[in-house]
Amino acid sequence: MLDDFLLRAALAGLGLTLATGPLGAFVVWRRMAYFGDATAHAAILGVALSFGFGISVYVGIIAVALGMAITVASLAGRGNAMDATLGVLAHSALAFGLVAASFLAQVRVDLSAWLFGDILAVGRGDLAVVWAGSGVVLGLLVWRWQALLTATVNEELAVAAGLNPRREGLVLTLALALVVAVAIKIVGALLIAAMLIIPAAAARRLARGPEGMALGASLIGATAVLVGLYASLRLDTPAGPSIVAASAIIFAAIALLPRR
Amino acid sequence: MPFLRRGDAMRLISARNLSVHHGGVAVLAGVNFAIERGEIVTLVGPNGSGKSTLIRALIGAERAATGAVTRAAGLHVGYVPQRLHVDATLPLTVARFLNLPRRVPAAEASAALARTGVAGLEGRQITALSGGQFQRVLLARALLSRPDILILDEPTQGLDQPGVAAFYRLLVDLRVETGCAVLLVSHDLHVVMAASDRVICLNGHICCEGAPSVVSAAPEYRALFGLGTGGALALYQHAHDHDHEHDLGHGHDHAHPHSHEHPDAG
Repeated sequence: MLDDFLLRAALAGLGLTLATGPLGAFVVWRRMAYFGDATAHAAILGVALSFGFGISVYVGIIAVALGMAITVASLAGRGNAMDATLGVLAHSALAFGLVAASFLAQVRVDLSAWLFGDILAVGRGDLAVVWAGSGVVLGLLVWRWQALLTATVNEELAVAAGLNPRREGLVLTLALALVVAVAIKIVGALLIAAMLIIPAAAARRLARGPEGMALGASLIGATAVLVGLYASLRLDTPAGPSIVAASAIIFAAIALLPRR
Repeated sequence: MPFLRRGDAMRLISARNLSVHHGGVAVLAGVNFAIERGEIVTLVGPNGSGKSTLIRALIGAERAATGAVTRAAGLHVGYVPQRLHVDATLPLTVARFLNLPRRVPAAEASAALARTGVAGLEGRQITALSGGQFQRVLLARALLSRPDILILDEPTQGLDQPGVAAFYRLLVDLRVETGCAVLLVSHDLHVVMAASDRVICLNGHICCEGAPSVVSAAPEYRALFGLGTGGALALYQHAHDHDHEHDLGHGHDHAHPHSHEHPDAG
């Protein structure tokens, strides 16, 4: 039953969860959910610009996502009311992306693939990009883990220990842009943030420590990928939303567990 | 300020002509400060006087508008922040917290907890600790960095009077054992003064400083905390926070060094 395209889809999804588990945990701990949304929505603009200028889609997405993430982070540093600012940025990025896409026939034709993902169309090259991108993100997070965790618990503790919380924040920003770029084929720009937040939030109740929660988020994400793909095949539903729906069901099941 | 004339070699942290602005407003102006190895220095001042800002500037978390902060090379700072809110979404045991940012052997972490009087809490979630336990866990974590200086920002907030006295006694003992300096922000004027080598009274700038008895007699200090309505106000807040009745009768004489009232403090 495992056709080639289905195997590639499963491998792409599993590769992505290597990165979304630990990064999603930080997104939840640092309350960056909306931040993730703004960055992911900017990806559509990145896609449109890539086609417009004839450059690699991955390069275009990373550039625009990184630009958006840095903009948001610097605005946060200046103490603007973040909720409204992020709302403005997230939705304008999406709107400008959709407007720009309408000028470009190649993007307009399969706009829904960019918005909702097209995991069944993942090729060998895409698979390599997903695993390489996720590997880099995972490596980055493991390398900076202690410093990132300290800065997340309390910035002053980090400063007093000689760390630079701003630089650690930049590591997360970069990781987020990379994840957006590799995840867009799999779940689409609209649901990337869901892949970060839902598995991590689901893992919270089962975990006693930060590492356990990050690992749990990856495992729950991986389960959701497999269940979602299977459901998508049997019920003929879109793959990306099915994966996110599966993770939401896992979240609800864990939330309904009796308290320990 | 006689301490500024001493040799630089002993200084752990110093600030020269330090000013810090928040949103264009000067929170600190022209502060000269130094703390030496093994010293206990207490920073007192009313709310909004820039105590926490000075502490944050000394650890490097505030940008200086004028002047500069100098830390001795390779200085290990054990920092205990005023508030530390761990987000409910972050599962964190005491043992894991003690391993931030540097991993330490389990035995060392347990010994630090035992030394600060909270042995056996390793497996507890940080968010499930009482205020007093949390302060001691924070102190244990600070000790694990083998600090040259402990910096504590109002570490006794929310502790009852015996708890405050015990916490200060622990700090004094730790200074003797490890030789580390202690820089303390406090509004517990009565208890702290007896144990300090030097008290600095801050109100946007340094109003006065010196030995506890010198400061408590200084007119600048009395203007902030001492006789008259200022003293009554300070006493009122104090009594309200800690509800220790024996102080109420001494309100008129608030500014004298209260060491004899709290022999357990030093």
